[in-house]
Amino acid sequence: MPEGKELYMLMLRRMMLIRKFDETVKDLVQSAELVGMAHCYIGEEAVAVGACTALRDEDYITGNHRSHGHPISKGGDVRRAMAELLGKATGYCKGKGGSMHLADFDIGILGESGIVASALPVAVGAAMGSKMQNTDRVVISFFGDGASNQGACHEAMNLASIWKLPVIFLCENNQYAVTTSFKETVSTENVSDRATAYNMPGVLVDGQDVMAMHEATVHAVQRARAGEGPTLLEAKTYRYEDHSEGLNRILREPYRTEEEIEFWRQRDPIDIHSKWLLENDVASQEEIDKVQNDVYEAIGDALQFARESPYPDEADLFTDLFADPIPLR
Amino acid sequence: MGEITYSDALNHALKEEMRRDEKVFLMGESIRGGIYGVTGGLSQEFDKRVIDTPLSENGFMGAAVGAAAVGMRPIVQSLASFAWVAMDQLVSQAAKMRFMFGGQVNLPIVYRWGLLYGNNIAAHHADRPYPMFMNMPGLKIAIPSTPADAKGLLKTAIRDNDPVMFFEDNNLAGSRGEVSEDPEICIPFGKAEVKREGADVTVVTIAGTLRPALAVADELESDGISVEVIDPRTIVPLDTKTILDSVEKTGRLVVVDPAHRSCSVASEISSIVSQEGFWSLQAPIQRVTSLDCHFPFSPALEHLVYPNEDKIADAINLTLE
Repeated sequence: MPEGKELYMLMLRRMMLIRKFDETVKDLVQSAELVGMAHCYIGEEAVAVGACTALRDEDYITGNHRSHGHPISKGGDVRRAMAELLGKATGYCKGKGGSMHLADFDIGILGESGIVASALPVAVGAAMGSKMQNTDRVVISFFGDGASNQGACHEAMNLASIWKLPVIFLCENNQYAVTTSFKETVSTENVSDRATAYNMPGVLVDGQDVMAMHEATVHAVQRARAGEGPTLLEAKTYRYEDHSEGLNRILREPYRTEEEIEFWRQRDPIDIHSKWLLENDVASQEEIDKVQNDVYEAIGDALQFARESPYPDEADLFTDLFADPIPLR
Repeated sequence: MGEITYSDALNHALKEEMRRDEKVFLMGESIRGGIYGVTGGLSQEFDKRVIDTPLSENGFMGAAVGAAAVGMRPIVQSLASFAWVAMDQLVSQAAKMRFMFGGQVNLPIVYRWGLLYGNNIAAHHADRPYPMFMNMPGLKIAIPSTPADAKGLLKTAIRDNDPVMFFEDNNLAGSRGEVSEDPEICIPFGKAEVKREGADVTVVTIAGTLRPALAVADELESDGISVEVIDPRTIVPLDTKTILDSVEKTGRLVVVDPAHRSCSVASEISSIVSQEGFWSLQAPIQRVTSLDCHFPFSPALEHLVYPNEDKIADAINLTLE
């Protein structure tokens, strides 16, 4: 795992990659080149990047519907991710999953679930498998404030706690379940307060600060690897975009104020980290600009790759359903 | 060979496969004690590989998916009626994951479901939900009706690399039959068995309805009616060829299924045969199923709901009119 400057620059690069990836997604939705639903992670980049840079390649993550950032944070390939979003055969899932279902099992990305909170029990099972096979692999399960109100979340946390499983429940509290404020739907002040009920540490973290996210995750990972059980991390963060792209064409009433959005834009995770790099003489503005340019190039290349890739074949409808195939009609 | 019960046959399959492959483990509610009459005693040999869970079906059915995704081979036990509580994990994860992620992962999971209908336990515990899962791609479905099938199919299910919904008819728990002790005898999926040969009417049975159907066939024999009885044994994959070949011979079909009538396995088989075997038919296909009402508690009512010998005999006679 990288350390020092290498780590800090990797954090910058991955946050910028996610930002540019999702800005491109926005454009593609606008131009109707990207069909279906797309949920942007813009504004929340520090959460996944801070967390995943605390993992080894062989560790696992699970994601949710707003999950372009999670695989990119784990070292996923933006070309295959973009191709998947465009429904191409070269995509991560051969075009069968799309925006909400990226996965790369080779590097521990166990997939994303479009059903809110549905990946939490799966993450618990991966941690179970890790423990039963005596590996020290840990799992991070990313979910939102909305998911924290699902029964699956409760069951998963209780199971992980009674069996002392190496899983980190990472709640990305972006404060809204579509348009409903978490203040109206969560009975405690913070989601992390609920950790007490599961006899695990609950840690509230500034989700806009990639260094704070990283540090908190390092502690939780150490605890998990040492066999001491799960941790509930809550990252307070914000999505600049609506729940999904294009939703503003449907919504009739504002659910948040311009002031609130602006307040959070002033706490932009990429700005915060860039400033930290400069103020601590870790990197020069030139170096930061170079990362930015590299990222623009990488995403441009990813888009070109996706556009030029072929669509899947009709015959692919009947592949991948079963490992041991059966006659299908 | 020796005569053992359906429950013991399942127990033997579990024991043999757990000895064979240390990745296989069991989880469910109160299974170390053996609440369902199958797993008792296994914890003595396999200890930590027999896991009692909290009452969190959605949680642990989903945990099975995660464990399978990272290399384990979980077997989960529950009651068929509790599938409703776990539906999200069964459908959104177990059934869809492999396809949705482009075949990146195998999910060798066996979900074992006890079917408890017909025991005066009312509607909340008496479900036979297998046809609903037949409507969900990504799941294989086995329903054994004899001790030999129970053992052979369960072993195949455990060795299979996909999620298998394995329905065990509790009405057969104490039924006895010859079962091979050879640990390598597995019954392949998608192979129906002709349980009784006949020439006049084909009767396809699902789960525990095999026994009343065989009894009826024996009875009708003395009236000169020759009944062929077929158990598909797995409904996904479904061996349509054996059924169609039989109908070609007999020209008549009765399908007996303890599931509710609408969209039952009986409905699906009837539909396939009317589409692909229409010109062999000499009479309308008959379905003998549970009625489209819930299982009532009262002994005065419950037996009216599910298939029995009289209903099967009536249906056979209808095809011969």
